[in-house]
Amino acid sequence: MSSQSHDYDGPVLECRGLCISYFTRAGEIPAVIDFNMTLEQGGSIGLVGESGCGKSTVAMAIMRYLGGNGAIVGGQVFYKGRDMATFSDEELRQLRGNEIAMVYQEPMASLNPSMTLGRQLMEVPLCHENISEEDAYKRARQMLADVNLPDPDRIMSVYPHQISGGQQQRVVIAMALLSNPSLLLLDEPTTALDVTVEAGIIELIGQIAKKFNTSMVYISHNLGLILETCDRVNVMYSGVVVESGTVDEVFDHMRHPYTKGLFGCIPLPGADKTARPLVPIRGQLPLPHQRPPGCYFGPRCDFFQGGLCDKEELTMSQVPNEPGHDVRCRRWQEIDWDSYHPEGVGAGEMEAGEVVLSINNMKKYYEIADNSIGAMISGKRVRHVKANESITFDARSCQTVAIVGESGCGKSTFAKVLMGLETATDGEVMFNGKDISNEEVQKRTPEQIGSMQMVFQNPFDTLNPSHTVGAQLARVIRKFGVESNADRVEQRVMELLDLVKLPREFARRRPRQLSGGQKQRVGIARAFAGNPTTVVADEPVSALDVSVQAAVTGLLMDIQKTYRTTLIFISHDLSLVRYLADRVVVMYLGRIVEQGTTDEVFAPPYHPYTEALLSAVPIADTSVERTRIILEGNLPSVTSPPSGCVFNTRCPRRIGDICEAEVPPVVEPTPGHQIACHLSMEELRAMKPVIVMAEDAASPVAE
Amino acid sequence: MLIFMTRRFGTMVLTMLVVSILVFLLLEINVESVAIKVLGPYTSLEQRELWLERNGYNDPAVWRYLRWLGNFVIGDFGQSVRFKVPVSDVMWPRLANTGILGGIALLIASLIGLTLGVIAGMREGGVRDRTVSVSAILTTSVPEFASAVLLIVLFVFYWPILPGTSGMADGFDPVQLVLPVMVLVIYDWGYIARMTRASMAEVMMTHYIRTAVLKGLPYGQVIRRHALRNALIAPFTVIMLQINWLLSGVIVVEVAFAYKGFGSLLYEASLNSDIYLIEACAMVAVFVAVMTQTLADVGYTYLNPRIRFS
Amino acid sequence: MTDQAVSVPRRESPLLRFVKGLALIRESWVGMTGLALVAFWVLIAVFAPALAPFPPNAPGAPMTLPGGPSLDGSSVHYLGTDQLGRDILSRIIDGSRQVLFYAPLATLCAYLVGIPMGLAAGYRRGITDDLLSFIANVILSFPVLVLYIIIIATIGASGTNIVIAVTFASAPGIMRIVRGLVLDLRNREYVFAAETRGESAWRVMLVEILPNARGPLIVDACLRLGYVVITIGTLGFLGLGLPPPDPDWGGMVSETRQFAMFMPHMAVFPCIAISSLVLGFNLLADGLREVSLRD
Repeated sequence: MSSQSHDYDGPVLECRGLCISYFTRAGEIPAVIDFNMTLEQGGSIGLVGESGCGKSTVAMAIMRYLGGNGAIVGGQVFYKGRDMATFSDEELRQLRGNEIAMVYQEPMASLNPSMTLGRQLMEVPLCHENISEEDAYKRARQMLADVNLPDPDRIMSVYPHQISGGQQQRVVIAMALLSNPSLLLLDEPTTALDVTVEAGIIELIGQIAKKFNTSMVYISHNLGLILETCDRVNVMYSGVVVESGTVDEVFDHMRHPYTKGLFGCIPLPGADKTARPLVPIRGQLPLPHQRPPGCYFGPRCDFFQGGLCDKEELTMSQVPNEPGHDVRCRRWQEIDWDSYHPEGVGAGEMEAGEVVLSINNMKKYYEIADNSIGAMISGKRVRHVKANESITFDARSCQTVAIVGESGCGKSTFAKVLMGLETATDGEVMFNGKDISNEEVQKRTPEQIGSMQMVFQNPFDTLNPSHTVGAQLARVIRKFGVESNADRVEQRVMELLDLVKLPREFARRRPRQLSGGQKQRVGIARAFAGNPTTVVADEPVSALDVSVQAAVTGLLMDIQKTYRTTLIFISHDLSLVRYLADRVVVMYLGRIVEQGTTDEVFAPPYHPYTEALLSAVPIADTSVERTRIILEGNLPSVTSPPSGCVFNTRCPRRIGDICEAEVPPVVEPTPGHQIACHLSMEELRAMKPVIVMAEDAASPVAE
Repeated sequence: MLIFMTRRFGTMVLTMLVVSILVFLLLEINVESVAIKVLGPYTSLEQRELWLERNGYNDPAVWRYLRWLGNFVIGDFGQSVRFKVPVSDVMWPRLANTGILGGIALLIASLIGLTLGVIAGMREGGVRDRTVSVSAILTTSVPEFASAVLLIVLFVFYWPILPGTSGMADGFDPVQLVLPVMVLVIYDWGYIARMTRASMAEVMMTHYIRTAVLKGLPYGQVIRRHALRNALIAPFTVIMLQINWLLSGVIVVEVAFAYKGFGSLLYEASLNSDIYLIEACAMVAVFVAVMTQTLADVGYTYLNPRIRFS
Repeated sequence: MTDQAVSVPRRESPLLRFVKGLALIRESWVGMTGLALVAFWVLIAVFAPALAPFPPNAPGAPMTLPGGPSLDGSSVHYLGTDQLGRDILSRIIDGSRQVLFYAPLATLCAYLVGIPMGLAAGYRRGITDDLLSFIANVILSFPVLVLYIIIIATIGASGTNIVIAVTFASAPGIMRIVRGLVLDLRNREYVFAAETRGESAWRVMLVEILPNARGPLIVDACLRLGYVVITIGTLGFLGLGLPPPDPDWGGMVSETRQFAMFMPHMAVFPCIAISSLVLGFNLLADGLREVSLRD
């Protein structure tokens, strides 16, 4: 097989009419239908789509690893010209890990917890090549150095849990590259990682492609990442490819209404909640066993035509003059995109009112017992974890204040203090004129509680699966004393469902009968049950699919406008924050490093961390130029933060010992825009923007 | 690690202390009944009073408890009422007998349970899995006393090849161990097998097994190097905790087969209200159970690198 | 407005939902077999007086073989008689009442004690958890039968005392299971939501957390029922169970096992009876687990 591969110069991988099904109690469920793809040597193809579109299933089918209930039911996969169905088990085993390697979504879960990393790496050459232990060790060690891991010898000897997530993913990549594969499958390799860590991994993947001339299939739900890593892209929807072509063709001259809609849903720079709001795709993804006839996107499509779009046997058609650009739509040539101006869900102009929430020097420390022998001898058994240090900012009515930061930055702790699940260690939290920093939720009045409510992150456990939607809403209404009479409560439940645009009969449904977006809507309804003046939204849409995200975000803003609510929007998604926030607070390891209006924070002068964060966010727009700033090192642990400026260990603009020795002063380049940094005002002002939009591409949405 | 060990053993000592208080409260707080149990029901009130006085039973309860505990720690468990000799003289040989019986049973049950559990868990839902699972449920549903009777009927009545009692009257005889061991194994293997199966099936579903397969490792290596190591951590604890269960089963089996072991000793002691013997047996049984629990915890920590290096 | 409000139907009754949930067991043949066995014994227990051909304690010809005639020749001892001439079939039928009364009762009591303990330990954590867990550990470090022997030796053998002993010995195990479930469930966002609206701790535990733990608890209850049946049988076998002369399966084996080597039928049938009932509970538990994992 390997001798054959040397003089072969056709496509590395070819899928022809691939159909994959899962067999369950309910019968056969097609997961992927009529999938075609040709990957040339050294090429890279992105598979992009929302959850359940079958993109990961394709990768597993290429690997011939579909589990007990999955099977390829039609079509072929050719690896270097040979039909993979003709491979024997032994040939397949030789192929896996040697010719085709894979990088997975969750690095921690992909590594064996009870085996040293060195052993796991060495296994690859040891099982595929006739090689001695020492040589295998050398190869593995060298590869760890090649993926830019510091101290490869240490990495070789430790267990997976002893290194960080980003490092784990580098180890997985090293493992995949060890046998110099011809084809690399990457299945959402950065989804579980923080954005600054992701940037490093993406850079590494780019280097690999150049250095090893490996062909890649990159699977992601994030269009921005596809733009950065691939030269071709297949857009998938509910098991079928709806559009495929080069990245430029698909990103700039998309033909399928779904692709168009997808781009309308993501907050690109230039989108604006008042002037150019996002355009959600209506409805929701069909379940695999409830796909409509004909075009699966039909029910959500603005150009749906009965009798045409719902006919079966829908195939890909090629765009003239653009060989390789295919669209699965019967009407794509009839659609006049220039006169298509769908209505977005935005908020309109909103005037911020009086200060509702004022946080002044709030601190939250946790005490943890230190059980090390050193601590026992010195008698310092209790250490403080500074989860929040000197948090100060104001929020006005009708204003959206975004709190941005990566994992461990103290966002969630802050939310807990606001909600009264924790009390602040020091400082004050003035809410409607009263200090609530030390009042636990049980001590607050129902009114106080009702006027500050929260929208949670995870749609799958935001609602109690044991109770109906109506019962859960009714409980909140009673609890906050809004209504007490049974009929009035029920009526109020109906009003709340109307408010979040859900049908009234949902009141008697149970959460498992609802989709993710619908559950999140109920979560919003619950938060607004007590007519709150302030709503804390903790990553309310991060677990939702892009097309649903836009709708839920729009709904949230719409309600906010109606009730003039203050929205504290906690998020790690900077694109979304830029789109909907009025003010932005950037946090790092429990401290605020920068705050100001959205425009101030997203333009220079920046705090060096903000600068790096902004540069790390992938943007699905071919006209945007980004400066790449890759942060070195790991995120320090909250239990032992660096001294001085907490960012000094990773800061690319570190000036010297002062960063380590002294807590940086807060400077104000313009009133209200605060940056905590040792850099001088001149240096700050001299910064260049990290995101530059090319002038000619004014709008990717309206084309 | 050292801290963990000290703390674990500290907990163990504390547990034993509380257990001793519990046993003392249950059996000795009522001095009148102690006197009746020791001297018999047909003694006069004066005799009992005198005995209580002479043996320090009129002291405050706390004082009595401490003295009792002190004697326990140095291995002085008092006189057996029935055997009229120091408790330790009767108990230790019996415990050794039970050690032989329980040890062999545990060894066999573990071997069968682990092997079949791993085989069943390799392919969840397969024919082998179903067979093992159902037979495990089947055998664990038969109480020890029932399987003892059924086995006696089978191997002594219908097909007389084995002795029906295991009194070892003419010295140690391995053949007499066969039926008791069988009963214990039949009841215990299923539990170990089911736990191993669950653990193995869980491991086989993990992503790191997928990684190992997609690395191109041969199936045998995937199982041996990647799956077994992780899948056997949980059953290890289960086997250690099984000793606690075995101590219960041993009582039934020893009674059923008249085996002169620790279990039948405790049972007879309770029938005869042999109070000091009951106390000693209970404390020793709990000590064995607590000790194995501690060893299970320590072993688990050692086997699991995620805990060992953190 | 009001007519729309009225159009929303009332919630399904919990009982109806429970029955619907049970109906799922149809999809598992293991579970169905278990259910059939349990149902068989329940029916026998309910109709025991009608089904038993003889009064359970009435003496007849001792050690009649199965199928032998009764003393007056008017009927047949289908399973023979015991050493005192009592009809074994009738005693097994009557004994099912004992075991199916005391086993569920004892299990229920154990749950009534164990669930609040587990909820408190898992939800409040901290010192409450440390204390309750320690108590549980102490009790669980007794080999179960040793604990039963000590308790029964102290308070005597009777039905009530068996219930007390089982509760005492099983509640800690139930507490541990509930605690584990609660530790997982308490981090769900709907629990946070309840906390942020200021619900009382007990309401959060009972309304928000407990209903979501019911799946594993029902499975555990089934297994535990089987185990309590074994326990009651074993205590009967050791002579620490329900006092004679009323039939008790374990006791029947105990009285007749000395004859097992030449008259096996007297001990074998009660053994089969108890094993089949335990098997029923265990299979049912396995089936329920299988079904609950599917959805």
